[in-house]
Amino acid sequence: MQNFDYHKPNSVDEAVANMQASDDGKFLAGGMTMLPTMKQGLAAPEDLIDLHGIDGIAGVAEGADAIEIGAMTSHSVVASSALIQSDLPALAALAESIGDRQVRARGTLGGSISNNDPAADYPAALVALGATVKTNTREIPAEDFFVEMFETALAEDEIVTSVSFPLVEKAAYAKFPNPASRYAMVGVFVAKNADGVRVAVTGAGPSVFRASAMESALDGDFSSSALDGVAVSADDLNSDIHASPEYRAHLVGVMAKRAVDACG
Amino acid sequence: MPSISLTLNGRSVSGEVETKTLLVDYIRENQKLTGTHVGCDTSQCGSCVVHVDGKSVKSCTMLAVQVDGSEVTTIEGLATGEELHPMQEAFRQNHGLQCGFCTPGMVMSAVDLVAGNPDISETEIREGLEGNICRCTGYHNIVKSVQAGAKAMGG
Repeated sequence: MQNFDYHKPNSVDEAVANMQASDDGKFLAGGMTMLPTMKQGLAAPEDLIDLHGIDGIAGVAEGADAIEIGAMTSHSVVASSALIQSDLPALAALAESIGDRQVRARGTLGGSISNNDPAADYPAALVALGATVKTNTREIPAEDFFVEMFETALAEDEIVTSVSFPLVEKAAYAKFPNPASRYAMVGVFVAKNADGVRVAVTGAGPSVFRASAMESALDGDFSSSALDGVAVSADDLNSDIHASPEYRAHLVGVMAKRAVDACG
Repeated sequence: MPSISLTLNGRSVSGEVETKTLLVDYIRENQKLTGTHVGCDTSQCGSCVVHVDGKSVKSCTMLAVQVDGSEVTTIEGLATGEELHPMQEAFRQNHGLQCGFCTPGMVMSAVDLVAGNPDISETEIREGLEGNICRCTGYHNIVKSVQAGAKAMGG
């Protein structure tokens, strides 16, 4: 790793100013991806701007028909929050399934979604629940936030401050984890509310996507058997040492059924 | 070079560090506390687990500058003089180690995991130690040790 200038701003405005003053700066949230990336030499920022000292962008709050989670809230806090466990248990369970205990103690919601790793868990929850990403300058619907593999709608000097998750009638997340990393080989988040059913898939493609054929089938009959015969195309799905596109396509179907069953 | 001050195993320490210095390297190289090990160096194996402000973290994936103002405890900070911490004693009594390389990380993770939960189940222990890898595959006795340590700590 190369040396860099370390900044620990006290406010979002100061962090943005640090970034604007740098030719090649990076924000540091939990660091569970950023630091390994720097250790491998895949990133070598001149300035590292640590967001840990900023008040008001961590924590869980109850809103009107929604739960708002600060960007710097760790996965372990989301997993153990009594409010989330009671009102949106699928999200608490998702957070508990990320990495391991030590990673969950450091990794954050804002860091995870801003990185948009194709195998990250949170993107599926945001898209299926129709969450809104709040930044220092605007509000972005989750579906517009995740753009491509490791790419989001964020500007270079834009910081996620919180995510608002609408409460739904039923929701569940089913994941086939890579046994070593616990990243999702395929993860499917199913959410049902008055407007219909939303099915979001992570781990399978270059970025999170909605499985519209599954949504239509579940709108008519919210049961796992409604997904019988609803094939998922392997076109454009990821291929790596862990799984072929065809295997991932198969897993999408299996995980979707498990998620529907888990909705009860 | 930035300067940091922290409480390390109950002792105030301070000094300059390069920004690129990882917490584990600061502990091992600057502070000469070599009980904290580097196994994979990719935040998977857990040999480098220490406590930062009471929570177990992987010190290969934190920067030394990030613990400025924090309390850090390493394996060397657990015992009281010659008297082992109950979790260390439980590992000794239950033969919870073979080669011993993973043991400091296992013990540090275990102390955090069982805090306030003296009756922790075997399943909870196995899931809770997900982030610690033992290449001797000695998990069975490690789990027994952690269960005994939890009882001895009394929550």
